[in-house]
Amino acid sequence: MGKIPKSEHNDRRELIHLLHDIQEKHGYIPPEAIFVIARKLRITESEIYGVLTFYKGFSLTPRGKHLVTICMGTACHVRGAPRILDEFSRRLNIEPGKTTEDKQFTLETVNCVGACALGPIAITDGKYQGQLKTTDVAKLVDGIRDGDAEGS
Amino acid sequence: MSKLNVSSLDSLRNKILKKRKKDKTIVTICGGTGCHAYGCMELAEAFKAEVRARKLTNRVEVRTTGCHGFCERGPIVVIQPQEIFYQRVKGSDIDEIFDLTILQNKLVDRLLYVDSASGEKIVEEKNVPFYKLQKRIIFGNNGFIDPTDIEDYIALDGYRALAKVLEGMTPEDVIAEIEKAGLRGRGGAGFPTGKKWEICRGYKADQKYIICNADEGDPGAYMDRSLLEGNPHSVIEGMIIGAYAIGATEGYIYVRMEYPLAVKNITQALEDARRMGLLGDSILGSKFSLDIHVFKGAGAFVSGEETSLMASIEGRRAFPRQKPPFPAEQGLWGKPTNINNVETWANVPVILSKGAAWFGKIGTRKSKGTKIFSLVGKINNTGLVEVPMGMTLREIIFDIGGGIKDGKKFKAVQTGGPSGGCIPADMLDSPIDFDTLNKAGSMMGSGGMIVMDEDTCMVDVARYFLHFTQEESCGKCVPCRIGNRQLVDILTRITKGEGKAEDLKTLRSLASTIKSGSLCGLGQTAPNPVLTTMRYFEDEYIAHIEKQSCPALVCKDLIVYFIEPDKCVGCLLCIKSCPVDAISGERREVHVIDQELCIKCGACLDVCPAKVGAVSKYTGKKKTAVLKKSVKREKP
Repeated sequence: MGKIPKSEHNDRRELIHLLHDIQEKHGYIPPEAIFVIARKLRITESEIYGVLTFYKGFSLTPRGKHLVTICMGTACHVRGAPRILDEFSRRLNIEPGKTTEDKQFTLETVNCVGACALGPIAITDGKYQGQLKTTDVAKLVDGIRDGDAEGS
Repeated sequence: MSKLNVSSLDSLRNKILKKRKKDKTIVTICGGTGCHAYGCMELAEAFKAEVRARKLTNRVEVRTTGCHGFCERGPIVVIQPQEIFYQRVKGSDIDEIFDLTILQNKLVDRLLYVDSASGEKIVEEKNVPFYKLQKRIIFGNNGFIDPTDIEDYIALDGYRALAKVLEGMTPEDVIAEIEKAGLRGRGGAGFPTGKKWEICRGYKADQKYIICNADEGDPGAYMDRSLLEGNPHSVIEGMIIGAYAIGATEGYIYVRMEYPLAVKNITQALEDARRMGLLGDSILGSKFSLDIHVFKGAGAFVSGEETSLMASIEGRRAFPRQKPPFPAEQGLWGKPTNINNVETWANVPVILSKGAAWFGKIGTRKSKGTKIFSLVGKINNTGLVEVPMGMTLREIIFDIGGGIKDGKKFKAVQTGGPSGGCIPADMLDSPIDFDTLNKAGSMMGSGGMIVMDEDTCMVDVARYFLHFTQEESCGKCVPCRIGNRQLVDILTRITKGEGKAEDLKTLRSLASTIKSGSLCGLGQTAPNPVLTTMRYFEDEYIAHIEKQSCPALVCKDLIVYFIEPDKCVGCLLCIKSCPVDAISGERREVHVIDQELCIKCGACLDVCPAKVGAVSKYTGKKKTAVLKKSVKREKP
């Protein structure tokens, strides 16, 4: 992994900023990063594990190439988000929170993205897909796969 | 640019206003997250390209503004100064907008909003019913401000309240003014803001902090995000005034990581303010100094609770702690700290510039001012609405919100997020303020209003919220960690038709244990969704438990999908859409669902044309009857 970014203070208050930087850069927190942060901020590795496993924003395992996030906010829920999630889960053959074996897709949920007018929403690789129906799911998944095939 | 002082701020404002040619046409495009999702940024670029292509740069300006609030109709384009309101604008409409509106001052009829009640086309933004009944004292400037341009805020009298405070008011004066205005915290509990500041001011310390709580975690609520994204300087100005009043010299804005645009805009706004001498050492040439930092949350709902939030800033797990000591005495790093929510901070400059007396005239006796609600769910006009406190739910939902989607019947409105409750139809005429919502067993919360129609199952909604809080419980208090888990398990059983007669009693007693045995607001309020749905919709619980029936036809295990033989025209649409090939039939023949294969995804119901309407859902006895008659799909 690359260098740990510079920080203003070398103590615990930098921990969450550093974890954000590393998560953003690598898509997860590599185990060796924890050792380096621990030395830099003079806190124990177990404390870092404690913090990073507490927050949903950090992950200890790499994500797939494509990230599919389903909004599970209340507005999306009453407009049928669970059916959309089920269909993604069935199509990709993974539980929410998991990554496909070929490392192509990670399926995640988010509590609310606040784009409630478009509910139910999936965010595929940063793109908002609004007012989804279960029948749209296959098209979205195939679309991403086809995009990859064209690109290769 | 050199640093501003009180008098040069005024001359800068005059300079900005002069510089802005009055005869220029300004195309404003809503740049909130909702419109972003509709592709407003591409639209703005296309407008800009068109201005260049037509060589109109002298006459036409394109600006991306903060959220206009009417998310349902995005992307929203407003042509100034005429205030022409165009909705659902697409790239292909741009040519016509230039040809007709910009060059000839004529309207593009099809982009205007049509009032569903009168059928009339409405031209100006302020006359659209959605906006007409609102009172947008906090949110109204969003549509006129490019949040990345501090000059826009200054042009609209921005930082004038701060100048007034630094020039001639003591901290005590400021606190007295806020107290007189009767401002109560907009984050949920409604604690009087002036009182909170006064308590914090009363503690002597070498360092004090102020915090803006922008960890807006309630699903379905996004007004704080829209303020941070759309008018960040109003929040910053409020914070500076608050810091001056309590004597803080350092501040934090704690923003949810799920709001990337808010993080970006507020970070830039802080930099701009610092550059111009509105933050940092000797603000506006006074003796007062303050700096504010952005802290990006890491995805934990509980960090919206103030003691958890501070733990998170300190680089620890977001665990709440016992109060007292309250943050006003011992907060961030043990120092006196004052935490207010985004909307509260945004109210501060408005109160100081217009006066407590003016503010006090808005709202009810005990809840002053306005409140921004996010009106979402099964509602026609989804969006952010700012109304005076005391407006009735009926006015908000039916007059502003345009009623329920697809002509369905209103069932309940959920307020207060996972801590709140569901309010039934017979309470639609109660005025909305902190106290009436509490009495109804719900709460104001941050202002989410999720409208539910007859197709919403209240047991499922309760299960949804409990699942949410159980996942977000930090695990510190046993009743919250284990009790909520039990509530979810029981509710899940009920939605599967495996409920027991004694379940309701168990739910009630567990709920009261969790409420009294938890340290923070998350646990203390977590059972509210169960308690209110049991209070107002007990019959739905009983139907699930005693008849294995889901009256709203939602709970998957209690329903079947069925194709009505007398309605099916044999169009093959459902057969093609079924992901598990559970439907069989030939063209122009009645299609049949194999109930054993059906996964109840609802795709057949979605694709069956409305005029045919052959797919039905059944529950209870009718479901049993369908299952009895069900035949296996013939292999082709």
